[in-house]
Amino acid sequence: MSRAEDLISLVQFCDRHGIEISLLHRLHDSGLVEVIRDGDTLFVRVETVPRLEKIVRMHIDLDINLEGIEAISHLLDRVELLQRENVALRNRLRLFE
Amino acid sequence: MDFVDYYQVLGVGKTATPEEIKAAYRKLARKYHPDLNPNDATAKAKFQQLNEANEVLSDAEKRRKYDQYGKDFKHVEESAGARGQRASSAGGPFTYSQGDEDFSDFFRSMFEGGAAGGGPRGAGGRSIKFRGQDIAAELHLNLKQAYTSQQQVLSVGGRQIRVTIPAGVENGQTLMLAGLGGPGVNGGPAGDLYVTFAIADDKRFRRSGADLYATVELDLYTAVLGGEVVVDTMDSSVKLKVAPETQNEAKVKLKGKGMPVFKKEGEFGDLYVTFKVKLPTNLTDKQKQLFAELAGGAA
Repeated sequence: MSRAEDLISLVQFCDRHGIEISLLHRLHDSGLVEVIRDGDTLFVRVETVPRLEKIVRMHIDLDINLEGIEAISHLLDRVELLQRENVALRNRLRLFE
Repeated sequence: MDFVDYYQVLGVGKTATPEEIKAAYRKLARKYHPDLNPNDATAKAKFQQLNEANEVLSDAEKRRKYDQYGKDFKHVEESAGARGQRASSAGGPFTYSQGDEDFSDFFRSMFEGGAAGGGPRGAGGRSIKFRGQDIAAELHLNLKQAYTSQQQVLSVGGRQIRVTIPAGVENGQTLMLAGLGGPGVNGGPAGDLYVTFAIADDKRFRRSGADLYATVELDLYTAVLGGEVVVDTMDSSVKLKVAPETQNEAKVKLKGKGMPVFKKEGEFGDLYVTFKVKLPTNLTDKQKQLFAELAGGAA
């Protein structure tokens, strides 16, 4: 996959979601999103877009500040890990039922 | 079609101000938003109800209509249909992946088409393109099915989706199928479909990664004198030579006779066979005598 396919420009993302580019910079500064510079253009990785969209929804729509999002993101990662473990354990348990 | 008390949904009184409605909605949305409740169908349903309540109560015209006709909505259904009236949205629900299908029949009957006219909007009334909802599904397979690549049809959200399952998927493994989740909002991209595989163990084999483990019974005489046994593999069977004086619990590795390695074409794990030597029962007197001679010789 070429670099162009891996990345989406910040301008494009912000335009599409109707948000200020400064929000992405603040997310980058807080470590929630990695912004990549290529020449004069800033990008985010395509695979991080779903996570970024989730963060934008939390911030814009739910009025959650960046510190809150950071804590929530951490907890959501844990929840998803536990849910996956739960599914795997339930599957194994079925073998003994 | 049941009457939905939108005031009760938001936990506000009938005289609540727009600010109170907004605050109540925001507070409950934080609690039930699907982003904050992954794979929680109850929270999703509650959030849809909140969106619907907010869609109506935050819009003066819709609220007036709801207040006036709420309990008699069936009459409204008829008159609204006759007028061909379109509902408009001002400061509608928070965005996620809500489409018309996420609104109740009650809402549709009252406002003809759910969010028509407004579509999903953010708190500030901006129109946002949002990626569709990610959908999680579980697919049950047996070990034989996991052994070969195959196509399965999944029923997700009323759609039939044909997916190709690569050989060698493991129990509990999740595959992401990009773009096969919920449709995007306002032209946004579709979400992804996450399929988690539930693979039951085979009665004959225990699986660990790509390796398989099986136990094969061996009669005493073959174990002592050597011979051949036929061992089942996943796709056929093989004839295995048994060395003389094979011990109970002896293990043999059949290279490449395990499960396919996920997404590595042509690579397979190994099959480990453990011999369980079965002692003879119901011996005749002659046999007992021979064993006694053997025992005497050993002594």
